[in-house]
Amino acid sequence: MTVALSGQELAKRIEEKFPGSIEESSRDSLVVKAGSLLDVAAHLKDAEGLKFDYLNYVTAVDYFSYFEVVYQVTSLEHNQTVIFKTRCHDRENPTVPSVTGLWQGADFQEREIYDLMGITFEGHPNLKRILLWDGFPGHPLRKDFQP
Amino acid sequence: MTTTELMTLKTEPFVLNFGPLHPSTHGVYRMRATLDGEVVLDIEPVFGYLHRGIEKLAEERTYTGFIPLTDRLDYICPMSNNLAYCLAVEKLAGIRVPERAEYLRVIMAELQRLVNHFIAVGTFLNDCGAFMTPVVYMLREREKILDMFDMVCGQRLTYNYMRIGGVGQDIPEEFLPALRKFLGTTPRFIEEMEWLLKQNEILLARTKGVGILPRDTAINCGISGPVARASGVNRDLRKADPYSIYDRFEFDIPTGEAGDCYERYRVRIEEMRQSLRILEQVTKQIPGGPVRAEVPHLIRPPRGEAYAHLEAPKGELGFYIVSDNSIAPYRCHVRPTSLINLTALREMVRGWKVADLIVIFGSIDITMGEVDR
Repeated sequence: MTVALSGQELAKRIEEKFPGSIEESSRDSLVVKAGSLLDVAAHLKDAEGLKFDYLNYVTAVDYFSYFEVVYQVTSLEHNQTVIFKTRCHDRENPTVPSVTGLWQGADFQEREIYDLMGITFEGHPNLKRILLWDGFPGHPLRKDFQP
Repeated sequence: MTTTELMTLKTEPFVLNFGPLHPSTHGVYRMRATLDGEVVLDIEPVFGYLHRGIEKLAEERTYTGFIPLTDRLDYICPMSNNLAYCLAVEKLAGIRVPERAEYLRVIMAELQRLVNHFIAVGTFLNDCGAFMTPVVYMLREREKILDMFDMVCGQRLTYNYMRIGGVGQDIPEEFLPALRKFLGTTPRFIEEMEWLLKQNEILLARTKGVGILPRDTAINCGISGPVARASGVNRDLRKADPYSIYDRFEFDIPTGEAGDCYERYRVRIEEMRQSLRILEQVTKQIPGGPVRAEVPHLIRPPRGEAYAHLEAPKGELGFYIVSDNSIAPYRCHVRPTSLINLTALREMVRGWKVADLIVIFGSIDITMGEVDR
């Protein structure tokens, strides 16, 4: 059985290493500040005892007052998994650092979020629309999208 | 011009367009391949020809009303999609499934795996140049399973069979005898087919050592399913994170080491045998009882979010659902196995010839309905 790590406990351990990097944590997930996302993600991937080497998925949710980008990672070695998130409150120009440098599997998925949700991933090698055509007006998965 | 001069003659790289309508692209996949003569230098995939906005449509339907749309994701294996979605909603709403329904779900999921692998292996051999003969034999076997699906839900392609809290209806009387008959004949068919193919020199020459995907790249790219297992990633969600009742059955996880096209083909053949093994055990153990839990017509899961995944024939298929306690999902994200499995294609084809590009692409086994959604 894949063990879901407690967000709160993991948040404590990360907070020791990177003070001020965690915005919020609950039983199922932890919310990382966008500024420290790459440091925390790299730590999750490489730190001894964590080794989250497999990225299950990346997705994004529109909560009107902010966008939430959701990552779930799994450690094949320890068979444990965790969900971490990051939020961006800027609706006009939401920006999140790209994790493609750590997990290449995020490549197409970040492009999809950019396409459908309109979140820019800084540092993505080829950030352009993937499902819709260039020049499509708006981002359909946003809650305020008008066709 | 002398031969030496000809040998040093440089040609410009040029761009060749594949698809979206081409028999080898398994649907409407399109890629722009940059070639140097016949050698592939780079490819750039172009998606979106089958985009229907299924994730957005989910936000306007009830939880039950979205099940028929999941059929249209990976249309080769709708049962697995149905099941993955129902697992996610059940996790979100805390619904328990009756025993008999769990067994029926496993039967359908394993039959679906056989259907997918018949198609995957058949079309893969098509791509290798064994045009149409193997795939027609595979389709003949697949037909038997489609007849069984027809019995349980009246559909041959988009089943809409699973429900939140169970399955749509109980199996008819003639189903289990048909399944036992199928379990009696299919192992021999698989033996025969493998015997005809595994010593075929052309097949070996076209697939062994071709399109190698190293283990580290497979993990880093998030590859799952037979493609990952052929590269030595020993991960099958039926064992690693058992869902439904898979922990009650004995089966092995076939893995490869080389990570080439041949291993991917071999892992799929081996998985078919394991699926038959599971089906044998299921038919012996299946209990009676209700096939659907008491669930309200309009399901309103409590506020929150859930991700449930399962080992679909192509790999890890999951649904991430956010609920705001209304009758429709606030957000429903599909983890698209096929799309993520394509991430590594670029690395796998570099330096190979155009003909190998088709074989390597075919060995990944994708469905465009799931890539574009």
